[in-house]
Amino acid sequence: MRGLLLVLVCLVPMVNAAIDAYPFPNDELRARYHALIDELRCPQCLNTNLAGSDAMIASDLRREVHRLLLEGKSDQEVLDFMQARYGDFILYEPRLTLPTVFLWFGPLIFLVVAGLTGIVVVRRGASDPVEKPDTARLDELLHGRSDARSDTRSDPHTDSHSERQEPP
Amino acid sequence: MSLNKSLLIPLGVFIGLVILLALGFGLRDPHFLPSQLIDKPFPQFSLAELSDPDRTITTDDINGQVSIVNVWATWCAACLVEHPELLRISREEGIRVIGVNYNDESVKARAWLARHGNPYAFTIVDDAGRLAIDLGVYGAPETFLVDATGVIRYRHVGAVTPEIWQNTLAPAIALLKGDPS
Repeated sequence: MRGLLLVLVCLVPMVNAAIDAYPFPNDELRARYHALIDELRCPQCLNTNLAGSDAMIASDLRREVHRLLLEGKSDQEVLDFMQARYGDFILYEPRLTLPTVFLWFGPLIFLVVAGLTGIVVVRRGASDPVEKPDTARLDELLHGRSDARSDTRSDPHTDSHSERQEPP
Repeated sequence: MSLNKSLLIPLGVFIGLVILLALGFGLRDPHFLPSQLIDKPFPQFSLAELSDPDRTITTDDINGQVSIVNVWATWCAACLVEHPELLRISREEGIRVIGVNYNDESVKARAWLARHGNPYAFTIVDDAGRLAIDLGVYGAPETFLVDATGVIRYRHVGAVTPEIWQNTLAPAIALLKGDPS
């Protein structure tokens, strides 16, 4: 049952992508068509690609992608065509331009800031002045106890046996 | 004391995030897409006219004077809302209003104009939505302001209300007519 559900869930994107059946002269072109409509975002929708939307503009744009591919346009030319009309919004993989620099490198900046913060916190923790009196007190306590322990160890009851075996 | 100050950092980060997310999600219409065609020439096209299908309209018919180009359809509810204002503009404001009938049936569109009145000097039949895609249209209504040299200067998404006319379109048209650069 679970296996069947998993198969059905995996089929969902395929079903969406097959809303309109366009004829293609070869499988390579069909594969490029499906890759493009997966990568292009529907301008009318907030977060759906062309493949997954039944909005009118999405179906018109799928038809345009099909037409451009049949005209022999490259993937890059199709993306350029869409970007010239609908802007960066339509590209799910935004291009590296000045306004998208933060989008691309923001996560890296966050990683560096988080890493540096982590290092600072750990270092500060290691040399925290609050811990110094604690260790001093601990030493004192341990010292006190070790004295007590050595006292018990040098207890004549435990060592008396070896003392007796010493030659006179 | 220094411990208290560092405790305020997460609060500051939290407030910053709230402001950022409010700007991103709340105060901006997420459906609005800025036009890529501002200050670019009106796209090339050659399409039929709605009431006279034998007549072909091309980009040359757009050029020559400051115009409002309104993308509309009979299936579009907001187009009916803005229709009285478009009628008023075409009658009273002395500016040419051009229609683009978008993804529609011409028979229905002609009946619609006969019933509600026709503000358009002429209407371009874009029944396949190709001109609309070249214009970066993603719904209806959308309204473009085109200067006398055929360059798109402004685009409005949604109905043209009297407020939009008063505050945005009228001043922009006055500017374009005064300085057709």
